[in-house]
Amino acid sequence: MLHAAYLMPLLPLAGFVLLVFAGRRFGDPVAGWIGTVAVAGSFVVACLVLGGMAGLPVGQRLFVHNYFTWFHVGGLTVPVGIHVDPLSVTMCMFITGVSALIHLYSVGYMKGDPDYAKFFIYLNLFVFSMLVLVLANNLVLTFVGWEGVGVCSYWLIAFWFHRDSAASAGKKAFIYNRIGDAGFLLAIFLIYEKTGTLQYTGGPGGGIFGQLHHIGGGTATAAVLLLFLAATGKSAQIPLFNWLPDAMEGPTPVSALIHAATMVTAGVYLLCRMNHLLALSGNGTEVVAIIGGVTAFVAATIACAQQDIKKVLAFSTISQIGYMILAAGSGAYAAAIFLMVAHAFFKGLLFLAAGSVIHGLHGEQDLKRMGALRKYMKWTTWTFTIGWLAIAGVPPLAGFWAKGNVLENVYSHYKVLWVLGLLTAVLTAYYMSRLQVLAFGGEQRWDKPGPNGEPARHEPHESPWVMRLPLVILAVAALAGGVLNLPWAHRYSLEHWLAPVFAGALYDNHLNSGSLWALALADAAAAVIGIVVAVALWRGREVDKPRFEPQFLQRVWYWDDAYDMVIGRPSQRLATFLAWVVDARIIDGAVNGAARLVRTTGTATRRLQTGYVRNYALGIAIGMAAIVLFLLSRTWWS
Amino acid sequence: MSLSGAWYLGLAAVVFAIGAIGLLVRRNVLIMFMCIELMLNAANLTFVTFARMLGDIGGQALVFFVLVVAAAEVVVGLGIVVTNFRRRETTVADDLHSLKG
Repeated sequence: MLHAAYLMPLLPLAGFVLLVFAGRRFGDPVAGWIGTVAVAGSFVVACLVLGGMAGLPVGQRLFVHNYFTWFHVGGLTVPVGIHVDPLSVTMCMFITGVSALIHLYSVGYMKGDPDYAKFFIYLNLFVFSMLVLVLANNLVLTFVGWEGVGVCSYWLIAFWFHRDSAASAGKKAFIYNRIGDAGFLLAIFLIYEKTGTLQYTGGPGGGIFGQLHHIGGGTATAAVLLLFLAATGKSAQIPLFNWLPDAMEGPTPVSALIHAATMVTAGVYLLCRMNHLLALSGNGTEVVAIIGGVTAFVAATIACAQQDIKKVLAFSTISQIGYMILAAGSGAYAAAIFLMVAHAFFKGLLFLAAGSVIHGLHGEQDLKRMGALRKYMKWTTWTFTIGWLAIAGVPPLAGFWAKGNVLENVYSHYKVLWVLGLLTAVLTAYYMSRLQVLAFGGEQRWDKPGPNGEPARHEPHESPWVMRLPLVILAVAALAGGVLNLPWAHRYSLEHWLAPVFAGALYDNHLNSGSLWALALADAAAAVIGIVVAVALWRGREVDKPRFEPQFLQRVWYWDDAYDMVIGRPSQRLATFLAWVVDARIIDGAVNGAARLVRTTGTATRRLQTGYVRNYALGIAIGMAAIVLFLLSRTWWS
Repeated sequence: MSLSGAWYLGLAAVVFAIGAIGLLVRRNVLIMFMCIELMLNAANLTFVTFARMLGDIGGQALVFFVLVVAAAEVVVGLGIVVTNFRRRETTVADDLHSLKG
């Protein structure tokens, strides 16, 4: 069945092409259904491929096939081909599955939008690009998918581009990603220079992974750091994380699909895909782990002080991806992928439920203007509650197992980062509980006008079934996602399934079952502490507590301001200088000066041209006399 | 008695100077034409004088060319002057400034 994998990207591509040519004619809601069916078909193919792969012996679970040569230049041949192994199949499963659900949800959410068909065009193109990214069998094709998801992300963030904030958020995301992409390109150049190939495995010389002995320690560190720069851009890690909160300007299904479940995990996927390279560089992986851990913590603190329901979830996403990066830096790639899948379930769920809240409240996103929604939106409340408990790490939901799996691996390598990770777990439970209590608990605050002139909202309504169904399915997944990788079900765990991909690059996890129990208890305790503190703090009538929402956290640790001061303002000053001094004075001055010189000379000399014959005749006479005198003088003096 | 060549040359210089000054100070195109004729003939006189002094026939031959050119010039020039007079009723050179920028 593995050879059918090429159908996975082709189905969304077909949907994209169909909608490009006829989307407007199909309109609302047929265009949405076409997009949904295309991606659902992709999910069916993914299931078939998964089944086919599971039926094979462990050693044969790899299918690499080149369909055609894209280009051939010098000694470099770049084919278009697929690389089907347990890692890419796992990625495809949750990408197509979550995408299909979010497409279905969008059919309801985007109802009545004037650009209804366009939304699904972008969404299908996005799924196609994402599948190209994970299925590509060489770095260049992966980069194509990487850029494809980036540009779709840009289009979808700026989907409501008539709003200034949305347009500039799109640009911000694109520019931050470009910085990362530069790292990716340089990494490709470096790897090609050293190994002479860009295919992962197979082909002459066994691909990159077969040529790793040509890469020395320093080169490996450089390549790892460049790839990691790409990952920080796409996966919103320090120092390039600021674009993700702004990306919430896009429609909520986009935030759920692209900026929570799938695209932002591409950086983690890239690190996992290149795990053999990461294994060569101890320093490189250390940097990866530290950045991941610090990002997880910083983003979690910021999430504690945000007012906007989507902003809280955005910083939560950054924090959770920080966990994944931390896991990848600790060599626990399977744990990273496990958290990625679990996160796709519960964060997709949380975003969709938040979208349902926003939909029900007619566009209200401010947590302080919500409250008591449990009485009006039963389905949304229950599913959001499951997502909340899952991300907070309450056993036995998916988040508990996934986060625990990451933290136990971190514990055995970087004790300090483990402490940071545990603190982050407490914060995660805290900010999610705050969100839960402010939105669904307490008293209703949406029926009164806000302090800054926000209008009073109508009574919220529950969302239609196309939006509730994905919520329920994702809630079940978030509830039971932990079974993917239970510690005692070794042969049937995700870790065992992914082992062939990560063989040789895995650190061993030397923890006995006693320590594992202790660590699991610590995780559960962290979750409980966070929840208890948040509920105690926020359940009351008073929702404005500036002491617990300091400016420092609301302003994102002044991170944007720092960039503005260090890069933005000096660049602007330089641009002003170039425009008004260099361009206006020096360059324009030279041009105008040349013109003025010619004009002044002309004005001065035109007086000679009187037009009177006698003047010219006098000139001739004087000239002639001068010549004669000159000749005579030569005669006399010689 | 025969006069030495210097007298002829002196006469030619005086005639030429009269012509040149006349050209410079007069504004009537006809007078200016006559002055040009004076200068041309002063030049002719020097040619002939030098031809005699140096025993070279070339100088005398050149005078014929000058006479022919001068005649042609007068034909064209007087034609222009007459046409111009008909159109503008003036023979003053300074009034002909319609091409001045």
